[in-house]
Amino acid sequence: MVRRLILAIFTVIAISILSFLIIHLPPGDYVTTYIAEQAASGGTVSEQEAQNLRIQYGLDQPVYVQYAKWMGLIARGNFGMAMEYQLPVAQVIGDRLWLTVAVSTAALIFTWIVALPIGIYSAVRQHSILDYVFTFIGFIGLAIPNFLLALLVLYFGFKYFNANIGGLFKPEFADAPWSWAKLQDLLGHMPIPAIVLGMAATAAQIRIMRANLLDEKRKPYVVSARVRGLPEYRVILKYPVRVALNPFASTIGYTLPYIVSGSVIVSIVLSLPTVGPLLFKALIALDMFLAGTIILLLGVLTVVGTLLSDLLLMWLDPRIRLEG
Amino acid sequence: MRVDEPLAAPGSLDPEAATITEAEERVSVAPQWQLMWWRFRKHKLALVSTALVILFYLVVAFADFLAYADPLASEAQRSLIAPQAVHLFDDGRLSPYVEGLVGTRDSLTFKRVYVVDPSVKVPLTFLPQGFAYKLFGVIPMDRHLIGVTGEGNTTENALFILGTDDQGRDQWSRLMYATQVSLLIGLVSVAMSLFLGVFVGGLSGYIGGTTDTVIQRVIEILRSIPTIPLWMGLAASVPRDWDIVRVFFVMTLIFSLFSWTELARVVRGRFLSLRHEDFVTAAELVGCSQFRIVFRHLVPSFLSHIIAATTLALPAIIIFETSLSFLGLGMRPPGLSWGVMLQAASNVQTAAVSPWLLLPAVPVTVAILAFNFLGDGLRDAADPYGV
Repeated sequence: MVRRLILAIFTVIAISILSFLIIHLPPGDYVTTYIAEQAASGGTVSEQEAQNLRIQYGLDQPVYVQYAKWMGLIARGNFGMAMEYQLPVAQVIGDRLWLTVAVSTAALIFTWIVALPIGIYSAVRQHSILDYVFTFIGFIGLAIPNFLLALLVLYFGFKYFNANIGGLFKPEFADAPWSWAKLQDLLGHMPIPAIVLGMAATAAQIRIMRANLLDEKRKPYVVSARVRGLPEYRVILKYPVRVALNPFASTIGYTLPYIVSGSVIVSIVLSLPTVGPLLFKALIALDMFLAGTIILLLGVLTVVGTLLSDLLLMWLDPRIRLEG
Repeated sequence: MRVDEPLAAPGSLDPEAATITEAEERVSVAPQWQLMWWRFRKHKLALVSTALVILFYLVVAFADFLAYADPLASEAQRSLIAPQAVHLFDDGRLSPYVEGLVGTRDSLTFKRVYVVDPSVKVPLTFLPQGFAYKLFGVIPMDRHLIGVTGEGNTTENALFILGTDDQGRDQWSRLMYATQVSLLIGLVSVAMSLFLGVFVGGLSGYIGGTTDTVIQRVIEILRSIPTIPLWMGLAASVPRDWDIVRVFFVMTLIFSLFSWTELARVVRGRFLSLRHEDFVTAAELVGCSQFRIVFRHLVPSFLSHIIAATTLALPAIIIFETSLSFLGLGMRPPGLSWGVMLQAASNVQTAAVSPWLLLPAVPVTVAILAFNFLGDGLRDAADPYGV
């Protein structure tokens, strides 16, 4: 556990450095952009003013000092200004961060709820027609990039139901304060993004669960349970499934980053009010403070999510607890 | 050791026994590549996928020849023409043609629109002269696989197998070039990924100790963060005014960052399992240099595994490239790729009226599936001694 915590801390540091690099990657800095903006709107910025601005933002100092300053600001909850919106980054991101968490969690839950029973079924009834059907669907799920799946869902929704499937809220709730009705609206909109986002991960998880269970099913302890006359569902569910669950569950560490990554792209296509479209716009406008902050927050959230799910697994499975 | 056909119990009096022992004999003396081929052959999907992959790379090599129109020649009047059906037989004779288009004016919007005129038959010709290009970048040519003859390049007398996009560019020709770019990006990126993976993974596995621990932790960290936003950020900071060739190379670099960790893991695992084998110790004792041991003795012994892992890494890169280009952060117009083409369908209203804009989704999906199956088959074949 301690090892995992340390690794998580290192991961967060790595993410912060990477996001900081992303912020500083484009040629020029905030002030050059500011000057260009002022020039575009007719104003001028004198050399002296530019110099003052650079000192004010600490842009005249070496990169590592700037990084330390940035980290200091972030530790105090100050993420800087989003240039394009002329608002603090925290305010621009607002609810979007939590909606990202909600969508990713929904996708993860979908993945598990669907992959687990299908994986078990496919292993128990290997070579049955349904097994082949699921395998086929699984391959399709792996082969269609999720932005394409989102696009196809939008297309078919528009063409055959004449409905715009995108978004997470009805227009009347989009800017409304949180209420019971808004929450219900959100839940009603959740399945499609969750399915689109969870599809590829589900396909992968089904394959893992199926392979694990097939391996376990052939082991002698299963035969001995069967010989003792246990009902078939108990033979399967009580022993091999529980063993097969372990490697299945430990893949969550890679599933969550995968889903969060995908959520950025799917959100843009389905126009979900998550940080995805915001990041995209920020990147196009080279609003690197906003973009860097979003990348940082997404990374940190993923690390926290993975850590939480690790804790959950430890609580569920004594073997992981003992492994430390 | 079952490799090809199941073997009968030894000593049976079956009349086929003689041929079976012959098969057994064949297996026991077969060289490794032969065993691999026998194993690979059993994976039918992998065989089909091999054919598909070869087909795809033929398109890559001959994109100019297969296209029949300039992929960038736009013509506002021809926008969003539906795909033309190709009729193979005319009056019971093999003489392929498409039905001609005739321009009218929409009575409502007064826009010029083209409708199919079944009475006009535009015959297809084999190997006609078209726009000039250089095959493989060197051989000047102007012949194309198919096309229509006739004077001028009028819309009434033109071919649009897959329709046109919103700027009136021929989708089929664009698709050929997009396939070329997307698969080349995949190939180059995966090659760079492989280099990075073999280098880092090899270092990690061969040196071991602290180096190994540090490298492994770094890989673990990279695998536990959502990397797409990160590489998106990197891709977005590529200056907008760069030309296509430069964008292509920078993008392949970025895409190659995407999958090297998995390759490094595979290589390291192989290094670790082979490092203490007798033949390595022997080479060390004979006085081979480290370089020679790695590249002459270790790498060839797990080359097949690496080839399999590399093939399996390709689909991820294709998905990544297509996604990024679709968003406008990867390859950008006038550059072409599957993602750039699908961008035309990103507006649902447009896609609903002109569903053929979604057609590039087919090669994307087929390519990903084919590389997946091929990789699966290669992975099985890489270790022909297992069950």
